Amino acid sequence: MNDFEPKIVCFLCKWCTYAGADLAGTSRMKYPPNGVVIKTLCSSRVDPQYILLAFKNGADGVFIGGCHPGDCHYQTGNYKTQRRVILLKKYLDQMGINPVRLRMEWISASEGRKFANTMKEFVEQIKSLGPIPKMNFTENTSTAESQRTQRK
Amino acid sequence: MKRIGVFVCHCGVNIKDTVDVEKLTEQLADYPGVAHIENYMFMCSDPGQNLIKDAIKKKNLDSVVVAACSPTLHESTFQGVIEESGLNPYQCEIANIREQCSWVHTNIEEATRKANLIIKTAIEKLKLNESLFPVSAPVTKKALVIGAGIAGIQAALDIADAGYEVTVVEKKPSIGGHMIQLSETFPTLDCSQCILTPKMVQLSKHKNIKLYVNSEVESVEGYIGNFKVKIKRKAQYVSPDKCNLCDDCTEVCPVLVPNEQEEGLAWRKAIYIPFPQAIPATYTLDIENCLGLEPIACGKCREKCTADAINYDAKPKIFEEEVGAIIVATGYDLYPVENMAEYGYGKYPDVVTSLQFERILSATGPTGGEMRRPSDGKIPEEIVFVQCSGSRDPERHLSYCSRICCMYTLKHAKLYKHKVPDGQPYIFYIDIRSGGKRYEEFVQQAVSEEEILYIRGKVARIYKEGDKMIVHGMDTLSGKKIELKADMVVLAMGIVPSYGTADLVKTLKLNTDEAGFFVEAHPKLRPVESLQAGFYLAGAAQGPKDIPDAVSQASGAAAKTLALLSSDKIYHSPIIATVDKDLCSGCRICIGTCPYGAREFDETEKIATVNDILCEGCGACISACPSGASQQKNLTDKQISNMIKAILSTE
Repeated sequence: MNDFEPKIVCFLCKWCTYAGADLAGTSRMKYPPNGVVIKTLCSSRVDPQYILLAFKNGADGVFIGGCHPGDCHYQTGNYKTQRRVILLKKYLDQMGINPVRLRMEWISASEGRKFANTMKEFVEQIKSLGPIPKMNFTENTSTAESQRTQRK
Repeated sequence: MKRIGVFVCHCGVNIKDTVDVEKLTEQLADYPGVAHIENYMFMCSDPGQNLIKDAIKKKNLDSVVVAACSPTLHESTFQGVIEESGLNPYQCEIANIREQCSWVHTNIEEATRKANLIIKTAIEKLKLNESLFPVSAPVTKKALVIGAGIAGIQAALDIADAGYEVTVVEKKPSIGGHMIQLSETFPTLDCSQCILTPKMVQLSKHKNIKLYVNSEVESVEGYIGNFKVKIKRKAQYVSPDKCNLCDDCTEVCPVLVPNEQEEGLAWRKAIYIPFPQAIPATYTLDIENCLGLEPIACGKCREKCTADAINYDAKPKIFEEEVGAIIVATGYDLYPVENMAEYGYGKYPDVVTSLQFERILSATGPTGGEMRRPSDGKIPEEIVFVQCSGSRDPERHLSYCSRICCMYTLKHAKLYKHKVPDGQPYIFYIDIRSGGKRYEEFVQQAVSEEEILYIRGKVARIYKEGDKMIVHGMDTLSGKKIELKADMVVLAMGIVPSYGTADLVKTLKLNTDEAGFFVEAHPKLRPVESLQAGFYLAGAAQGPKDIPDAVSQASGAAAKTLALLSSDKIYHSPIIATVDKDLCSGCRICIGTCPYGAREFDETEKIATVNDILCEGCGACISACPSGASQQKNLTDKQISNMIKAILSTE
């Protein structure tokens, strides 16, 4: 288990956390390379179903980064994200996925250090949890995502 | 299948030292959709850009991934490059392998693996990117200004002088706002009316300005550049065209009402002119206090009016205006002094608010500018001024600083000393905030030459003993309790948004802060714009401010408005929400999530729609849509799903 390298999907909002991640880069702060970023305009663009899809496809962790409360470029997007994440964490628990695998943080464009530290910490946390349990969804693949595709 | 070109930049050694660019090129050459891949030392340089252009031409590419630095730096550069080659700029994606890969990782193998995934997500997104064009809409070249205090007047004049039509809406019977009530203004002590009335006259005579007084904005529909506004004017019982200001009507009117202009220190009649220099210069019939419009009930004013200007049958009227931009300049009011029972306001006539004291000082005020206290007309020998009354007190009153009280209280004390040279002013203060231009000099001169006594501390209680007001307070510098006997007390009240603001907020659907002031788009870099496109903020409606700041902000808001009005069309990013008509069930969840009012309901089709101009593309509605009918252009569910799968692929 020592050589386990978690796969992490990161959703970062363009205005704050993505810029914070860029700042960690320009400041040459080091953090583990486990997370790959999908940039959204706002954290509220992150449909909870993407998070489930990521876990289903073998993500060991999912990270969502948004602006601090009150700083959202779109006024209230981060509050919507927060509500969704809190609810989804309860659901993950019921599904047998440790809710710790889903992490949401407010990281501003000036908090490169916080982004790097959070990444380090999150990777360590997931490493201690081990790989995500294999989920057998083969019997029923009609998740909303595939439904949507079918309907189109 | 698209023909995608992938261009991997070395960024000198910045990327190449940590990411094995040759290996990347090799690995991704066979990735589905990739028609061409190469790497180069500096993609953003001229030779680098030419390399992309050549490849587009030779390999017949229709879209491009540039794996380089953050999109913040060069996305627009590379979008320009492919546009020059005849491709749509939205067919370019940037894979950020510098800031978010080579600069933050050390192990070459790991960094190369991550760069590979970053590029794959970009390719997967790009595969389903549509060619997009900026959304555009026409602009109605007129502006609306709500509120006609100094900020509204300044903004309206600036816009009108530039040649655009302005509609000004004022709730009160005259324009001028609080500034017209002031005596003299700090730090120059020039007379407020002398500097304001010329501007008021200018506004009323300006050929590009249409003025509605006694009026309020009833509804606003539409979006930036294209607002439809309904303005409701109260019934106009006195015709401004016929009224010749003879004043006969007020002589016969039997009703006395506290005069708002004099802050209740004098009386007016139910038919009245707010003050002699009022604009528009006409009388107003105050229907709430009038004995009744039936000639049997009273009817004295109409009988007396020789100009036949009074019409009891007048009705409220709705006016419709189309405008492109809206400036909100609704100003402030004082924190309700009734909330401070311990200071005895209302119980003791000689405890007055700062605005009442302005009227006592003013040459046009109830005492004709003579320093007399309200209760018995005595000349006050000692006056106590209480700064921060109701402000900077988060436990019980307002938490914020009102910004202007330090300066105007000092002005009050100075003007008092000029009128009563032997008098003694005391000022209770927490701090002296004199940050404006020449403000500190104003303070220093007063302290050294005018015998004004400053006491650092707060006042706990005020009560009456004989004909003196007893002021109990604490001197926080000496730590001793203080008791002063004064003839008069002036409370420098905190400042709140003007009393009707909460209703207007609902009409305009704008955002306010916890104190109720309108919120600017950015506290530093966009201080005169609202978050809602097409709305601009001026004056104390956005937060307490003095006259120079209100005027500066008004001119700033006018400049922003003019920039909008002078363009024929407004353009907007096309990365917005869309609706699949066949999938939408009309549940309206999206409408509630949208902070911009961009999601609307189509009653005929029974589906939700998107207003392209109002939509800012945040995507909150898309993730709330239960049927997948709402999608974001160039970041659809399908694209994000494919990106997630690319990240997690195990090749």
